[in-house]
Amino acid sequence: MKLNMKWKLLVISAFLMVGIQQQAWAAEEHYKFDIKGQHAFIEFQIKHLGYSWIIGRFDRFDGSFSIDDEHPEHNRVNMTLDVSSIDSNHAERDKHLRSADFFDVAKFPKATFVTTSYHQISKDKGILKGKFTLRGVTKDISIEVVQIGQGADPWGGYRRGFEGHTTLHLSDYHMAKAGILGKAAENVELYFSIEGIRQ
Amino acid sequence: MQWRNTTQQYGWVSIVLHWLMALSIIGLFALGAWMVNLDYYDTWYHRAPWIHRSLGMLVLILLIFRLYWRWWNLQPILLGKAWEKSLVLWAHRGHYIWMAIVLVSGYLISTAYGRGIDVFGWFEFPALLPAAKGRESVAGVVHMYTAWGFMGYVALHAMAAMKHHIMDRDDSLKRILGYPSNKK
Repeated sequence: MKLNMKWKLLVISAFLMVGIQQQAWAAEEHYKFDIKGQHAFIEFQIKHLGYSWIIGRFDRFDGSFSIDDEHPEHNRVNMTLDVSSIDSNHAERDKHLRSADFFDVAKFPKATFVTTSYHQISKDKGILKGKFTLRGVTKDISIEVVQIGQGADPWGGYRRGFEGHTTLHLSDYHMAKAGILGKAAENVELYFSIEGIRQ
Repeated sequence: MQWRNTTQQYGWVSIVLHWLMALSIIGLFALGAWMVNLDYYDTWYHRAPWIHRSLGMLVLILLIFRLYWRWWNLQPILLGKAWEKSLVLWAHRGHYIWMAIVLVSGYLISTAYGRGIDVFGWFEFPALLPAAKGRESVAGVVHMYTAWGFMGYVALHAMAAMKHHIMDRDDSLKRILGYPSNKK
C-alpha cells in the first residue's frame, strides 16, 4: 500500500513535469535582433528613371520579436530604425535624402513598425501586418515573412532568422520632393533579413 | 606694372588673384544657390553640380597659392587711421579663413565616402580624409550657412572699399584695380 502510494506519486510527478515542460515549449519565445553581431539587415530598392534599381540600406535599427509556435497569431515584431543611417553608397545623394526635401530626418529621426496581426500561411510562412510610421505618417503595411531557420548557435544561444518583403508607396509619406523622381520611383521595395537571439 | 607687390602697390599677380577669385566665388555662390533647386529631370541636374565642384576645387587651389603669395610678398601699406588699419588687416585675413571654411566644407561633402572630385574631367582632386558616413550632412549645413554668410562679408568688404574711395578719397580701390598710386 505504501509502495503503491510512492509509485502513484512518482507517476503523477512525472506527468506534471512533462506537462510543465510542454507548457514551456508552448509559451512565447522572446527574441532580440542580433544588432551586436549585426546579423540583421534592412535594404531598400527603388527604380532609377525606370531603367535600373538603386539599392541602399539602413545601417542603424533595432527591434525584437516574440514567437508562439502553438498560437502563431500571437507572433509579434516591433522595430525602430534611425532614418539618418540611410546609405545608398553616394554621399551627396544620401545627404539629399536626409534633408527636408525627402526624409527630413531633423524633424522625423525615427521610423517604426508595430505589429497588429500575424496570419500563418504555412509552417514557415506568414503575413505580418502592422503600423509603419515614416516621416510622421503612419500606414498599415503587410510584410511577407519567411522563416529561414532556427536552432542552437555554437556559443550557447538560440537563434531564429527570417526574411521579409514589402512594398511602400513613396507618395504616401508626403516627401517634399518625392515628385521630382517621377512615376517610376513610386514603389519602394523593402527587404528585411533579421536574425534574433532568444532572451 | 610688376609681378610682385610693393609697399605702395599690388603687383599684377595679386590683382589677378583677387579678381579671378572674386568672380569665381560669386559665380560659385549663384550656381550653388540655383542648382539645389533644379528638377531631377533638368538637363543641368548633374552638370551644374559638376561645374560647381570643379570650379570650387580650382578656387581652393588658387586660395592655397594666394596664401603662399601673400606670405612671400610685401604688402602695400594699409590706408586709413590706426584703428582702421588693424581692423582692415584682420578683415582681410578673415576673408581667407572664411573662404577656406566654405571651400573645405564643400570638399568634405563630396569626399565623405572616400571618393575624389573630378575637376572638369582634367584631373581628380583626391579624397584626403578617410571616408566617414554622415560627414556629408554636417559639412553640408556648414557649407550652406558659411556660403550665405560669406556673401554678406563680401558685401561689407565692397562697401568698405567704396567708403575709402568716395569718403576718404584714398587709393584703396584704385590699387586693387591696378591704377598707379598718387602717393610718392
